[in-house]
Amino acid sequence: MTGNTHLHEEPSYLIDTGKRKGIMAWLTTTDHKRIGLLYLWSIMVFFIVGGILGEIMRTELFKPGQQFYGPQTYNAIFTLHGLIMIFLIVIPGLTVVFGNFVMPIMIGANDVAFPRLNLFAWYLYILGAAVVVISQFTGNGPPDTGWTFYAPYSTQTHTNVIAAVSGAFILGFSSILTGINFIVTIHRLRAPGMSFFKMPLLPWAVYATAWIQILATPVIGITLLMIIAERVFHIGFFDPALGGDPVLYQHLFWIYSHPAVYIMILPAMGVVTEIIPTFCQKQIYGYKAIAISSLAIAGVGYFVWGHHMFTSGMSKEAIWTFSLLTFLVAVPSAIKVFNWVATMYKGSIDLKPPLLYAIAFIFLFSIGGLTGLVQGALATDIQVHDTSFVVAHFHYIIFGGVGFAFLGAIHYWYPKMFGRMYNFRVANIAWCFLFIGFNLLYFPQFIIGLEGMPRRYFDYLPQFTWAQQISTIGGYILGIGFIILMVNLFRKNGEKAPANPWGGTTFEWQLPSPPPMENFATPPTVPDKPYDYD
Amino acid sequence: MDHIEMQRDDVGAKLGMWVFIFTEILLFGGLFLVYAVMRHRYSADFHQGSLQLNTFIGALNTVVLLISSMTVAMSITAVQKKDNRKATILLCITLLCAAIFLVDKYFEWGHKISIMLYPGTDLMQSLKHGYILFFSLYFFMTGLHMLHLVIGAVILVVALTKVRMGLINNEHYVLLENGGLYWHLVDLIWIFLFPLLYLVT
Repeated sequence: MTGNTHLHEEPSYLIDTGKRKGIMAWLTTTDHKRIGLLYLWSIMVFFIVGGILGEIMRTELFKPGQQFYGPQTYNAIFTLHGLIMIFLIVIPGLTVVFGNFVMPIMIGANDVAFPRLNLFAWYLYILGAAVVVISQFTGNGPPDTGWTFYAPYSTQTHTNVIAAVSGAFILGFSSILTGINFIVTIHRLRAPGMSFFKMPLLPWAVYATAWIQILATPVIGITLLMIIAERVFHIGFFDPALGGDPVLYQHLFWIYSHPAVYIMILPAMGVVTEIIPTFCQKQIYGYKAIAISSLAIAGVGYFVWGHHMFTSGMSKEAIWTFSLLTFLVAVPSAIKVFNWVATMYKGSIDLKPPLLYAIAFIFLFSIGGLTGLVQGALATDIQVHDTSFVVAHFHYIIFGGVGFAFLGAIHYWYPKMFGRMYNFRVANIAWCFLFIGFNLLYFPQFIIGLEGMPRRYFDYLPQFTWAQQISTIGGYILGIGFIILMVNLFRKNGEKAPANPWGGTTFEWQLPSPPPMENFATPPTVPDKPYDYD
Repeated sequence: MDHIEMQRDDVGAKLGMWVFIFTEILLFGGLFLVYAVMRHRYSADFHQGSLQLNTFIGALNTVVLLISSMTVAMSITAVQKKDNRKATILLCITLLCAAIFLVDKYFEWGHKISIMLYPGTDLMQSLKHGYILFFSLYFFMTGLHMLHLVIGAVILVVALTKVRMGLINNEHYVLLENGGLYWHLVDLIWIFLFPLLYLVT
């Protein structure tokens, strides 16, 4: 019997082989691939909700003045939109779905270090999400603070802040457990002979992300507990009437929430780093530079939080330091962009859907990153602070960056996950809708932001109408793109996927599609270079 | 379980515990930051506030926790030397120390609560800002520490049961070791809380 036929006799991870069948088999699974899919389905459901909320906001903003609902409803909607998108989708997002599904395979492991803890983290995630949802329907109405829960408003508003904050706390705990799991996995379970510098770059990105998860998340945990204590016991840490300091809250909040941006973007960069060499059939340019810049982003990114508060009242020295560090953290990101482009240079480029998303990522992320520096610079930040320029900037990073990388990752590993191909032509059409819709939606916000359109406003001056209308239309085009994309991926009528449809070199392409429950019967042989196309 | 059993990896389990301990230290780190800012701003009030705390009880609790840390470490050695009976006794002493700590705290907190000196009361609201923040921090920090102490004690109770049943023995003792690590964390945080709250005068 040859090794090949032996592999195909193993039932795939999608087939229940244990005692439990059907949904119970999934809800009690400790297999990293299945847990990755559990996260994928949950995130997809939340994304549909968050996306519809976004469309409802855009619809209201089509014209100045009130169209469909009042300002309080608008505040509640943008708060929930932010909570769902940030805490439920982009912060866990790529890490939990693809970190779970492919990272262990890429390092030649059969599972993560703590499989049961992994499942427990998913249940915590669902519990946290449930508490956030409950906060919308109980107490004195849905929270209206924005996802940032800024004190002192969050400690005084009568809306149901405590439930929402508790939900975020539970989600943070889930994130910490996943981070611990991945760090131990990468330290302990690499295939024999795979040193750190022989690891593919997605595991590197997941590793750097995991460190931020465990070093930053506890700080938001304690801060959210303080908000709860402030509301219940009036401890006064953030209440000026009791001697506290609201700016202190902002510091504590951003000590987590800025590194959280890197929790989102690092795995996205990791995904792009996997896609580009595969579709250019060329070794990645500057392997070590990319690996180390992941760690550099994680390290420096921990010390830039103050740039969210240039207008909140800080000493001049603090402002200068935070501004300088902000410019510094852009350097490793730029290194990565240069390396991706250099990898494509003279490669045999095969413009399949995953690569389209990766290229869109580079384009949109560069716009988002460079406009971020506009806000890192002190003088211009005063002008654009709290305007829709900021909204456009972070959507270019979070949606244009993380979101497009996520879609790229789905199209890249879809054959591996489900064992089927999808229709490339339809996927390309969906990409066009998404790319055009995205830019129409957010680019005008840069322009009117510079002209003074404030963010989080329910109403606006008539002179901004043209841009708001382009944005809304762009939002609808984006929505259509998502519908096409989902229909295409859900049809599942494509041909059966071969083990290695794209000609990739990392371990997951050596396994059948979909992989068996036990990834590797024997540990795989580790090549000298993870991306060897010569 | 529908999944292949993973190989046992004690080093990995301990690494996971260490990383978790980092997160716990950062959790308290947020509070230490608030403490530092507030103490800088209201140093005179913090001085006066800490005079209100009972240094004797605080010192007693420090000693009690140090002893408990020692006994938990000794119980691991005992298990390694195949002496589960001794380990059981040592773990019982550790848990007894935890109980003493909680009783002390009960009297300490009870006294302050009986004179209405806790966040949210009219008495608190009438005090100077520095006092309010000092006592808020006192209750928040010692309260959160107490919660950790209870969690640590629960882990040790589980470990104790397993030691008695022989499930923790000289070859399988990583649960006890991790419980011990967590217990040292509880001790360590108190070592910082005690001088910051009781001795800053």
